Parts: sequence; structure tokens; C-alpha cells
Amino acid sequence: MSITLKSYKPGQSGHVKSITANGLAPKLVEMGIYEGQLLKVLYRAPLGDPIAVDVGGYVLSLRLDEAALVQMENEKL
Amino acid sequence: MELKRIALIGNPNTGKSSIFNHLTGLNQHVGNFPGVTVDKKSGTAQLPSGRKIEVLDLPGTYSIFPRSKDERIVIDVLRDAKNANHPDAVVVIADASNLKRNLLLFTQVYDLQLPLILVLTMQDVAEKKKAELNIAALQKQFENVQMLYVNGRTGEGIDALRIEMDSIQPHTSREKFVDSSVENLLADKSAQAVDAQKRFAEIRKLLLIIQHKKGSNSQNTTSEKLDSLLVHPIFGYVIFIGILLFIFQVIFSIASYPMQWIDGTFLQLSQWTKGLMPAGVFTDLVAEGIIPGIGGVVVFVPQIALLFFFLAVLEETGYMSRVVFIMDKLVRPFGLNGKSVVPLMSSVACAIPGIMAARTISSWKDRIITIMVAPLMSCSARIPVFTLLIALVIPNEQVLGFFNLQGLVLFMLYALGLVSALLVAAVMKFLLRSTDKGFLLLEVPSYQLPRWRHIFITIWEKVRIFIFDAGKVIVAISILLWALASYGPTERMNNAVQKVELAQAENHLSQEEYEKQVNAVKLENSYIGIMGKAIEPAIAPLGFDWKIGISLITSFAAREVFVGSMATIYSVNEDFEEDNSLMKRLKEEKHADTGQPVYTLASGMSLMVFYVYAMQCMATLAIVKRETKSWKWPIIQVIYMGILAYLAALLTFNILS
Repeated sequence: MSITLKSYKPGQSGHVKSITANGLAPKLVEMGIYEGQLLKVLYRAPLGDPIAVDVGGYVLSLRLDEAALVQMENEKL
Repeated sequence: MELKRIALIGNPNTGKSSIFNHLTGLNQHVGNFPGVTVDKKSGTAQLPSGRKIEVLDLPGTYSIFPRSKDERIVIDVLRDAKNANHPDAVVVIADASNLKRNLLLFTQVYDLQLPLILVLTMQDVAEKKKAELNIAALQKQFENVQMLYVNGRTGEGIDALRIEMDSIQPHTSREKFVDSSVENLLADKSAQAVDAQKRFAEIRKLLLIIQHKKGSNSQNTTSEKLDSLLVHPIFGYVIFIGILLFIFQVIFSIASYPMQWIDGTFLQLSQWTKGLMPAGVFTDLVAEGIIPGIGGVVVFVPQIALLFFFLAVLEETGYMSRVVFIMDKLVRPFGLNGKSVVPLMSSVACAIPGIMAARTISSWKDRIITIMVAPLMSCSARIPVFTLLIALVIPNEQVLGFFNLQGLVLFMLYALGLVSALLVAAVMKFLLRSTDKGFLLLEVPSYQLPRWRHIFITIWEKVRIFIFDAGKVIVAISILLWALASYGPTERMNNAVQKVELAQAENHLSQEEYEKQVNAVKLENSYIGIMGKAIEPAIAPLGFDWKIGISLITSFAAREVFVGSMATIYSVNEDFEEDNSLMKRLKEEKHADTGQPVYTLASGMSLMVFYVYAMQCMATLAIVKRETKSWKWPIIQVIYMGILAYLAALLTFNILS
């Protein structure tokens, strides 16, 4: 079981390994989240969800449910 | 090439609307795409050669493949040459500071083989991020595509864009950037993900050639500092509520000045007309029906303009997406979505654009719930009702040092609408069954200063819709009301007037008193009086009399008609020469049987609470029907809101009296 973006804390970054096949997958890719992309969690909403992620120079907010679809390389930079 | 129509397409937040505004100025209109309910924004642009072409502003999107109903229209219009809105050429607007993601959409459109211009925006931001772009190298990679920089904020580059639009040429088919069939991709979602990945891989290679990064990709630190405050667990919400409170206080305090002026001007105009034209039915129609009716529309313009001004500033600065961010988790238990917050906030101006804005919510259930509760948010049409009644029954005092009591009551009415919307949404979440899950995935743009020209055009568009769309209904109903209040069953009218004449003979009433009584019984026995009296027993427990009953009936057309109705009802009953404002007239109004004032704290608050809940807007119902494609939802809406209104007003009246 690899780690997902959901477990990343603000300030941590890592590369995308794969996207779990799901109706949402094409949307995630279109927003720039695809294999090899560097992601950095910037901050969380006051209640811990959603999170704001830097995706190669722009900020994307996504829910933890959605972050759980993003499989990450086994690293937390 | 004889170019007739050109379409603008781009990601959200690229400055596409600014460029559209620069190209078309105020020469634009909002219509509909056939078959779907997405707003079609188009306008006319003048080209250097003197030709005029239609510019179509397609909804902002990240991809040509639809993820929501809002985005479906893009592929339909671009792909099908037989589509009534199919453009002859396309201008893709791309954010140069975020080129990789923006080029995805560009390469998709490129592969559709349409004549193309690529406009790059946000050059200043890209430079701040130290990403230098070699535009000539980029142009080499794509056949037959003109590329140029445009600054949406200053309009720099717009003239160059016009020249390019003038000289755009048809072309032989290009070699595709990524060889895939749009038809196959439309049918297969997972293939779309694969296609997008392929495109990104190619774009990455391309960017290595055309983009030179100088130093690290540093984030906008001002944005970061602001975000640490604006999405803060405590300050984030405090600031959000503070901003809302500020907006309502400003609207209430500033708008009243132009409104008083407009009120007075139309009253004078009425009197002037009466004095100038020969006495008769036609003069009465103009002076007592049409002029007060138009005045009743124009008087709300200052408030609506102010409201849309603030909403546009929040949207423009990028604050709105922070609102979605901090509210998402909070509103989810109520069956709503962070994206519901913007439609609901827009409903504070008017439920119609609010309900239409709910289209961006991709989950059917979240969307239906948002639509169903949106009219509970206090819209601007309620403002005149609230303004009038607050001024009538709430003293103009300071409380807790600096709060204006009237402003505070207005804020509480808005809060009541909001809380009720959330509670109803929670109940609906429980009642509605659905399997699809919504998603958020929202770009959080950097903060930026608002583009005033853009805001001005937004306000103008909204005010124009109000004056000409809602205005027609209001004026028509004002005239209808005047007629219904001036005429009644002849025999009944004559009998009533005769009774007053007999009374005069016995009691020797003064001429003035006699005329007042004649007018009073005439109104009471007019068609409208009969209607109002018929529903009086049902609304008496709420503290309302039959005159309020009349206004409740007419308000079903639109809430703001309430004030116009009151003005018409009382101005018919009042001698115009005496210059009595509606306010003064209402304050003097007494119950015929008890002699107690009609407008007390209890009845005034009861009436305001009734207006918080009741679904009194035909236009909103029509929109709900159009958006949900069924009469089921608007009918449910009328019934549930009506029941809530009656019970809440009953409760309020009994607690306060």
C-alpha cells in the first residue's frame, strides 16, 4: 500500500506516482496532477479539509477524498 | 477570409472576460445556447479594416471535455460546424505564468483544426516568477497560429489582437499535436486521462525549449501572507463575517441617500404631470400608475449596483475562492458544497443568477439542494421591503456604542435566511437519495487588485437586466394594480359612496374629511380591496390587514412589487397635492375596528419574517423549472417556503405582541 497525497502535511512535497482509476481521474490530470508531477501541500482549511496544493506553480484546492486518489512516490520531501 | 464569428476560450482566471470587455466594450449581450441553459455571452468587435465581427465568450474551462453541464457547450460549439454558434476562428487565452496547464486546452483546440490565435496574459506575473518565455520558439512549434501578449488589465496588446483577428487565414489541416480522435475520447473517460497525460508529456518537452527559468519558482509571498490570515482557523471566519457585515452596513447607509432623492424626484414628476395634463383617466394612469411604477424600479438601482459592486470585488480579488476553501467542510454536513457558497452568496443579490451559478456544481444532489435553498437567501428584492418596514417599526438608534439598530435588524434578517437555508439543505440531504459524489478541485488564484472597468461592466450588465427584465414586470403590475384599485363592481362602489354621502348629510363632515372617506370606501370596494379582504381572515393571525393582503398577493409576481403596491394603494387613497410620502402614510395607518396602528413592532417584524421565507418571485420559479427541467422542484419550493413563511410569521407575531 503506497502513500497518498492525503497523508501529506503542510510544507511536505513529493512526486505523483499514479492516479487511482476513478471517474475523477481525467479531471485530476487536466488540473495538472499526473505521473511525475511535483506537488507541495501549502496549507489546510481551518477544519483540516480541503487542502491547498502547489501544482507546478499554481494553487489547487482539493478535498482529502480527492487527495486520497493521488498515489505518491514513497517520499516526503 | 470573411470572418463572421470568433470564439474566446481559456482557463478560468486567465483574464478572458477582461479581453472580451476590451474587444466589445458595452456592445455585448447575454443570451442562451439552444438546448442547454448556459449563458451565451457575445458582443460585437470593430476590426481595424472597419469590419464588425461577433465575439463569443465561451465559459472558462480547463479542457474541451466536459466535466460539468457548464462545460458541455464548449465541445458542442467547437466541434460541430453545423452548430448555430460554431465560430470561424478561435482565440485561446492562456496564462503565461502557468503555461503548462494552459497549453493543455490550447493543444486540444489546436487539434480541432480551427483557425487559431493564442493570446498570452499575465506576462507581469510570469516575469515575477522568473519564467522567461521565447514566444518565437513557441510559434515555431505550431503551424499557422499567431501568438501575442495582451495585458487584460491595461488593454495593452488589444489593438495588435484586433489586427490579428482581421488578418486571420483559413489553413490546410495541421499535423495533430497528439494524434487522437475526439469522438473516441468523448465516449471514454479513462482515455481522456491518458490523452491528457500524453499532451502534458509533450508540453513538458516543449517548455524545456521555449521557457527559461531564472532561479527558483518562488511563490507570490504577498498572497501567502494574506492567505495565512484569510484562511486562518479563527480570523478566516471572523474576517468573512466582518466583510459581510460591512457590506450590509454600507449598503444600508449609503444607498439611502440616492434612494430618497429618486423617491422625491418621481413624486414631483407625478405632481407636475397631474398639474400639466388635463384631468381624466389617461392623466391618472400616467401620474398614478406609470410614473410611480417606473420610480419603484429605479429606486432600487443604487442598492443593486452597490451589492454587485461588492460581490464583483470579492470575486475579482480572488477572495471568493478562499471563501469556497474555508466553507467547504463547514457546509458539507448540510448537503452543500464549497461551490454552493458562491451561488448562495450571489442569491443575496438575486436568486436567479445564484441558481444559474449552481450549474458549476457537478454533483446533481448538491446542485438540486443549492437551487432549492437559494431563494431563502435574502435577495435584493427583499431589501426595499425590509428597508421600508425597518424604517417604519425599528427606531433609528445606536446600540452597543456603534451599531445602528436598523442595520443590525437587517443583518439579523439576512442571518435568518442563511440559517434557514442551511437547515432546509440538511433536511433535503437526508430526504434525497443519490449515489454520485461531488468534487471540489478548484484553482486558488493569487490575490490581485480588482479591474475597475471589468467591475463597472458587470454592474452595468446586472442593473440593465434588473431594469429591463424585472422592471417590465414591476411597471406592468403597478399599472394593473392602479386599475384594480381604481375600479370595482359599479353597483357596489356606488352603494358604498352613497352611504358616505348620507353620513355627511347627517353629521356635516368637512369637505376634506368627506373626500377622504369616499376615497377610503372606493378603495375598500375596488376589485383589489375585495381580493385583499377575501384573504384577511387567513392572514389576520399574522398581524396583517387586508391592505397588506393585497400587497402579499401582488408580491407573488416579484417581492419588490410590495413597496410599489403599497405606494399605489395609498396614493390612490391620498390627495397628490398634499405631498404625503408613503412612509408618513403608513405610520398613520390604523386598524379600522380598534384604532390601533397597523404597523407595530410585532406586525412589522412578522411581515419581514414572512418575506424572509415566502417564495414570492415568478422569475425565480421559472428559472428553477428551466434548470431542473421539471415543474416538480419549483412546486415543492412554493409549498415548502409558503408553509415556513406562514408558521414563522405566526410565531414572530405572537412572541412580539
